[in-house]
Amino acid sequence: MDYNILIGGAAGQGMDTLATVFSKILHKSGLCLFTLQDYMSRVRGGHNYYQIRFSDTFVKSHREDLDGIIALNQETLDLHIGRLKQDGFILADENVTSKDSRLITIPAALIAKEVGNVKTTSSVTLGFLCKLFSIESTFMGDIFSGMFAESVAKQNIESFTRGQALTESKYKASKARPGKTMLVHGNHGIALGALAAGLRFYSAYPMTPSTTIMSFLAKKAKAAKVIVEQAEDEIAAIHMAIGASYTGVRAMTGTSGGGFSLMVEALGFAGIAEIPVVIALIQRPGPATGLPTRTEQSDLMYAINASHGEFGRMVIALRNPEDAFYQTARAFNIADKYQMPVILLGDQYLADAVQTVKAFDIDKIKIERHLAEPKPYLNGKDYNRYELTQSGISPRLIPGLVPGTAVNIDSDEHDVHGNITEAADVRNSMVEKRARKFERLKREVMEPELLGDDSMDILLLGWGSIYSQLSEAVDILNQNSKRKYGALVFGDIWPFPQTTLIEKARIVKKIINVEQNHDGQLARLVREVTGIQMDGSVLRYDGHPLSPAEIARKVKEI
Amino acid sequence: MDKKHKFETIETAWCPGCGNFAILDALKETLTELKVKPHEVLIVGGIGQAAKTPQYLNVNGYESLHGRALPPAAAAKIANQKLKVIVNTGDGDSYGEGGNHFIHNIRRNVDITHFVHDNQIYGLTKGQSSPTSDLGHITDFTPEGVIDRPINPVATAIALGAGFVARAFTGDKEHLMEMMKEALNHNGYALVDILQPCVSFNKVNTFAWYSKRVYKLTEGKKYDSTDKGAAFQKALEWGDKIPLGILYREEKKSYTDHFDFLKTTTLLELPHDKKVVRGFIEEFF
Repeated sequence: MDYNILIGGAAGQGMDTLATVFSKILHKSGLCLFTLQDYMSRVRGGHNYYQIRFSDTFVKSHREDLDGIIALNQETLDLHIGRLKQDGFILADENVTSKDSRLITIPAALIAKEVGNVKTTSSVTLGFLCKLFSIESTFMGDIFSGMFAESVAKQNIESFTRGQALTESKYKASKARPGKTMLVHGNHGIALGALAAGLRFYSAYPMTPSTTIMSFLAKKAKAAKVIVEQAEDEIAAIHMAIGASYTGVRAMTGTSGGGFSLMVEALGFAGIAEIPVVIALIQRPGPATGLPTRTEQSDLMYAINASHGEFGRMVIALRNPEDAFYQTARAFNIADKYQMPVILLGDQYLADAVQTVKAFDIDKIKIERHLAEPKPYLNGKDYNRYELTQSGISPRLIPGLVPGTAVNIDSDEHDVHGNITEAADVRNSMVEKRARKFERLKREVMEPELLGDDSMDILLLGWGSIYSQLSEAVDILNQNSKRKYGALVFGDIWPFPQTTLIEKARIVKKIINVEQNHDGQLARLVREVTGIQMDGSVLRYDGHPLSPAEIARKVKEI
Repeated sequence: MDKKHKFETIETAWCPGCGNFAILDALKETLTELKVKPHEVLIVGGIGQAAKTPQYLNVNGYESLHGRALPPAAAAKIANQKLKVIVNTGDGDSYGEGGNHFIHNIRRNVDITHFVHDNQIYGLTKGQSSPTSDLGHITDFTPEGVIDRPINPVATAIALGAGFVARAFTGDKEHLMEMMKEALNHNGYALVDILQPCVSFNKVNTFAWYSKRVYKLTEGKKYDSTDKGAAFQKALEWGDKIPLGILYREEKKSYTDHFDFLKTTTLLELPHDKKVVRGFIEEFF
């Protein structure tokens, strides 16, 4: 089974509740789902929709053709009817009209009024949907009492039951939950990964689509004993994170492109002062304000190159919520080990797409702090914050721990003690020391994940969240095909892992980059680092995510 | 006692006669009197001549970027309350480049002490006007004289609800030390705007210029530093007469006082609780 429905309306029409509760019902029923959210940058009105695709096995991505449309207004029907399958349905209240025979109208608002609460209108629709898809409703009581006061919950149950009575079951939803699963979006993965890694301090400024990391952390702050501080601007946000990190706690900030631009000077500061910091950069279409609520992967080259001067940083592109969880936790270990900034690249698609994933395993998370042992210094050894070592990594001591010892850090070039210097030889040794750390980091970058056929003729390249669509696109392409398709999707992307790519590039007939941007930034990076040229590109930059079918179609055209 | 357990100053790159020396000396003596240890102190500076202060004392030093001393200082204090966190930086750094942080750290009210070395001029960049330069001041960038009205840092701080606002002058070390001590003992954000001559680039606001104008609030009529109205009135006084002393003082909860889990321990010392995070994950099952 594989169903795909769209719920659309104007902001403020109760679409969020409808979609959220329906998602919860599907999840509780043991089904897997993938939701795509499309909303405009406004609080009221506009056209917004959710697409919920569900199945009895993991759903990799969204798809375009629809089995059903739940139209809360006329506009939803008019805009999306073209994507509705021949045997699909449109569910709407009596205010929506169409000559199309697939339209089913129900008096949801009227029923809700009769029940005594117009706000339960969406529960009538929910009841109808659940019955239509043969989804059991035994836990509806729990869901509603978790959301509302007792009397309101009762009204919702009544509306739900009356909605069920309006239809027969048409679709059969089997249930075969593949093991222990979670219903999360990518930003949940980041926030939970950070908490699992021992995050203690998060400072940020609200910016779509990164905001939900902070709102989740804020909700958990008290129980988790984490400080979550809304800074006055992104400059303060990153400087606070760096300041907290200096004292020895794990600290992080998160933003989108515009806010990251404000953070860039501090990024270089973390580089020269060698203070670990983790930055979640959740991309949206730019430049400037761009398309605030939509998706794009256009900050790759920026994340790699941001800041004046030269210093090492790591950039990790997050591929899916699970990856977000494990990679975020790993980012803290890398930041601590190499005493440098680590940038996590997400995007709106990953941030907002609520999906069923394999349950995160916290026991797989190892916390590796790489802090200097105070003992030798307590015994009188001289401490030098920027001691020159073969690895380039200097002992990082927590300030305040050792009497008679000062931990000095500096944004100016400095000597081993952390004191300002302009001596040419010291400058050289410090630049080289920082560069050695980056060289060492190259040894532990992870190769891209291979999807599809290992002995492929056509190699698709992607990075980050396009993993979702590519994993399904490759399946589509390999169906009844003489040609064999495979894909490499980069997670670790700077330093750039090149071994697998170089190996595959030798044997394939064509290499095609698939990206959510105009310039083909991955193609540029690959060419710059390896000299490998693409034979074609699949790019989209209108703010909407490529779909697997669309990728397959466009790849075949090349 | 071993030398490194006492506060020691280190050779500086300041001009002979610079007001910064008096501040550094006063700070060293005040910290010694307060019986804190050098390793328990963190001094944060931005960029500028004043901001080099952490380099010249054997304490934990954090030289941030220009204008960015307050955010890391606040965060460091939140992370480890056992550190005595002090910001030493200039008027350009505090009120110009870092103006937004100045405003919001007053709101945040973290228990840090902010000593502004206010010489009404940019020294490190060799003589441009600063946010506190008086109208008409002729500088490199303002050959016709400054036309932008100066910021009044003490009045601004009082208006924003700061719990401790004082002014001192490098020409009166004893009083400066008293202000430093009171500020360091205040729970919450404390501002001391320290008037300081720049011998190289400010030929208007000289040692003599300040000496002629300053007077102590404690001289003459009794001054009540908890009266916000009176404080605001005194804060606006500038020109022929410039008041020194604690302009305003109000006890209130500092940032970390709001967190029960920081009452008995520091953020730094909290052990990682895997069980709690496991619980968060299970909420999504």
